[in-house]
Amino acid sequence: MTTAISASGLVKTFGRTRALDGLDLTVQEGEVLGFLGPNGAGKSTTIRVLLGLIRADAGQASLLGGDPWRDRVALHKRLAYVPGDVTLWRNLSGGEVIDLLGGLHGGVDAGRRADLLERFELDPTKKGGQYSKGNRQKVALIAALASDVELLVFDEPTSGLDPLMEEVFRQCVAEERERGRTILLSSHILSEVEVLCDRVNIIRAGKTVETGSLTELRHLTRTTVQAELTGAPTGLENLPGVHDAKTGAATFSGQVDNDHLDGLLKALTAIGVKTLVSRPPTLEELFLRHYEPEGAAR
Amino acid sequence: MTTATAPDMAKKTSKFATEPGAQKNSDDGLRVLIKLASHRDRIMLPVWMYALLATVGGTAYSLKKLYPAQADRDKLGASIGTNPSLRALYGPLYDTHTLGALTAWRTLGFGGLLVGIMVVLLITRHTRAEEESGRLELLGSGAVGRNAPLSAALSIAVGACFGIGLLAVVVMLVLGQGVAGALALGGCLFAVGVAFAGTQAIAVQLTETGRAANGIGALILGVAYLLRTVGDAAGSGGGAGWVAWLSPFGWIERVHPWAGNRWWVIGVTLAAGVVAAGIGYRVQNARDLGSGLLPQRPGPPSAGPGLRGVFGLGRRLQQPTLLGWMAGLFVFGIVMGSIAKGIDQLLNENQQAEKIIGRYGGVRGLTDSYLATAISFLGMAAAFYAVQAVLRLRAEETSGRAEPVLSGAAGRLAWAGSHLVFPAIGSALVMAAGGLGTGVGAGWVLGDFWGWVGRMVKAGLITTPALWVLAAAGVALFGLRPQWTSAAYGLFGLMVFIANLGPLVDAGQWLVDLTPFAHIPKVPGGAFHWAPLLWLTLVSVVLTGAGLIGFRRRDVSSA
Repeated sequence: MTTAISASGLVKTFGRTRALDGLDLTVQEGEVLGFLGPNGAGKSTTIRVLLGLIRADAGQASLLGGDPWRDRVALHKRLAYVPGDVTLWRNLSGGEVIDLLGGLHGGVDAGRRADLLERFELDPTKKGGQYSKGNRQKVALIAALASDVELLVFDEPTSGLDPLMEEVFRQCVAEERERGRTILLSSHILSEVEVLCDRVNIIRAGKTVETGSLTELRHLTRTTVQAELTGAPTGLENLPGVHDAKTGAATFSGQVDNDHLDGLLKALTAIGVKTLVSRPPTLEELFLRHYEPEGAAR
Repeated sequence: MTTATAPDMAKKTSKFATEPGAQKNSDDGLRVLIKLASHRDRIMLPVWMYALLATVGGTAYSLKKLYPAQADRDKLGASIGTNPSLRALYGPLYDTHTLGALTAWRTLGFGGLLVGIMVVLLITRHTRAEEESGRLELLGSGAVGRNAPLSAALSIAVGACFGIGLLAVVVMLVLGQGVAGALALGGCLFAVGVAFAGTQAIAVQLTETGRAANGIGALILGVAYLLRTVGDAAGSGGGAGWVAWLSPFGWIERVHPWAGNRWWVIGVTLAAGVVAAGIGYRVQNARDLGSGLLPQRPGPPSAGPGLRGVFGLGRRLQQPTLLGWMAGLFVFGIVMGSIAKGIDQLLNENQQAEKIIGRYGGVRGLTDSYLATAISFLGMAAAFYAVQAVLRLRAEETSGRAEPVLSGAAGRLAWAGSHLVFPAIGSALVMAAGGLGTGVGAGWVLGDFWGWVGRMVKAGLITTPALWVLAAAGVALFGLRPQWTSAAYGLFGLMVFIANLGPLVDAGQWLVDLTPFAHIPKVPGGAFHWAPLLWLTLVSVVLTGAGLIGFRRRDVSSA
């Protein structure tokens, strides 16, 4: 696999604000990367650096084998981008904007355009000023998805969409992945990333704090265990690697570091197990681990 | 970390902070909105007020120097009385015995127009532009009454006009003029502002965008100014003189400060403003937030061949403005041209008319001189178009609309170029249209139709490089100091201000030479030289080039 996007040590300051502070990001060709972070973490700034709209103060970035600042026009023919906050021209209809933007991203496939209009239930004859936020976003999404490009960059693309349309968007992204396109999906909607993405890159305050596949990340963290027992759950909370343990007369619930899972299970079976539920950490839990107040997290 | 942490920020209370519960006791949020609006205008308003103060004070001072003796003033009065072209340019002069009356004659036209432009921009800025951006929705969902934003905008505008009127009164009192006349002059400037604030309160209801609302406001101002011009040219002795009574600009001229002080005309002007504002409120209450009254038609479902690529987009966005300006200047040109008749008869009778007009035109032959002056007026108006067309770039950038285009296969230069061809070529087209109108009007009344058309189109076209310099200054700001891009409007205002008042003040020639308008050959009548045109063009090219290089290297601002 070759690398579609690679960035290392990106720094960008705006006045006294350090928006990017040594950020690293790698996207392999053909994969869907979830780019996660809370508001103001630097997701949009990173994307704007990669699109050559702004220049990083330090660090290296390469996009589809080129320099995002120097080669921007050539590179932009091979990618399509949907900003998080779509503003349209008031006197241009949605259909006109789709064709215009698609034309600037390597051309629009007429069949896909018609198909997407139908799936997203968008009226292309309305003027830009009449669309709601969600519909403006649909215009930009259709323009990007109907374009013939290698790389799709989405910056919080579903923030204005209703749940049904979010689902349509997910299907579309899944299809694009099947077709081998590379996708960078910035989001703070974790369920979306969990369903769609092969790997995630979690940033905080302009720095990458965690990166890897979901499996890898989960491996680093804890499993949640709930059990009904046949005896009293004595001594379980003191086992190594067990956290947040809550015990009842004959119940146990808590979290355990994955390398101590074996010890906890042995202790449970020694008492006697009626029912057992164990589940891997959700992305929320991964995420929260990194966004607890700075002192508490590290 | 260099960023301030949340607790730090929370400690700094904003000046808009209210005590908990205070909002409930106040009206419908009007006070908060007025505070917000005056904070946003804390630089713009003083600049406007200072410009108006300087117009009144500077005019009075220069008239005092220019016409020291009563005999000079009487001659001036006689020439204005008999000459329709001079009345069209400056309005009627009712009395020559006081400096006050002369000052009122000379400032009410230009000063009234400035006040009109100010209130149009102010009202739109605090109502429709806010509504379009969605910020009004945010405020409107708070404890803010439906009419509060319009009331706040009107309060600010009326307050600013009141301040301007007051400053005019003070400056005329300082110059030793009568109290009643000073009050009448101040009242005129105040009332004309109130009248156009009222009409703009209606205008902002009609369209969905602030840009279009400003366009309607400009149309109202233009028509009102045109009616005044036509009516004043016809004179009070019958004919079409009554049309000046259709325009607030005509009204305030008929107040006669220091020459009768007809207070009731001020009353009429104020009443018109109040009635118009009342209609604005009624319309506002009948419509939805965010919508306009003019219907939105559906657009085409797909882009036509004209909208392919970045140049198609630039054309689509810029063309309507260009066509509007071309039509406007064409019509204005016809009016200015068609009152050229009869000037030549005055040549021997009256040296004063020649003196005052010659300072703008600076050439022999009063007809030629008058028409050259008319073209230079049109050129100053068209310079606003040129600056406006350049600043569309910045508006596209800051609104976030440029971002999807620039992240497409459009280079920075192609995108900027798609807009800049309009100030570059469009300036020439607007001036050609203005020249054509003037030529048609002049040819119609003077004979030698095609001869005048040719001369005036040429006169219009050679004014274009002056427009380019102001437009190019806008490009330079946009590329090199993007946060300061709107200063191009300030520069435009300053240049027009100097070009207007400068010629009246003998000492200011070096100052006048700073404006690009001063270097345009005075055609028709004057000698034509290529050299100044080439220099102005060169300056424009250098400024544009610097701006474009800067823009290629700088960051694109986000929405």
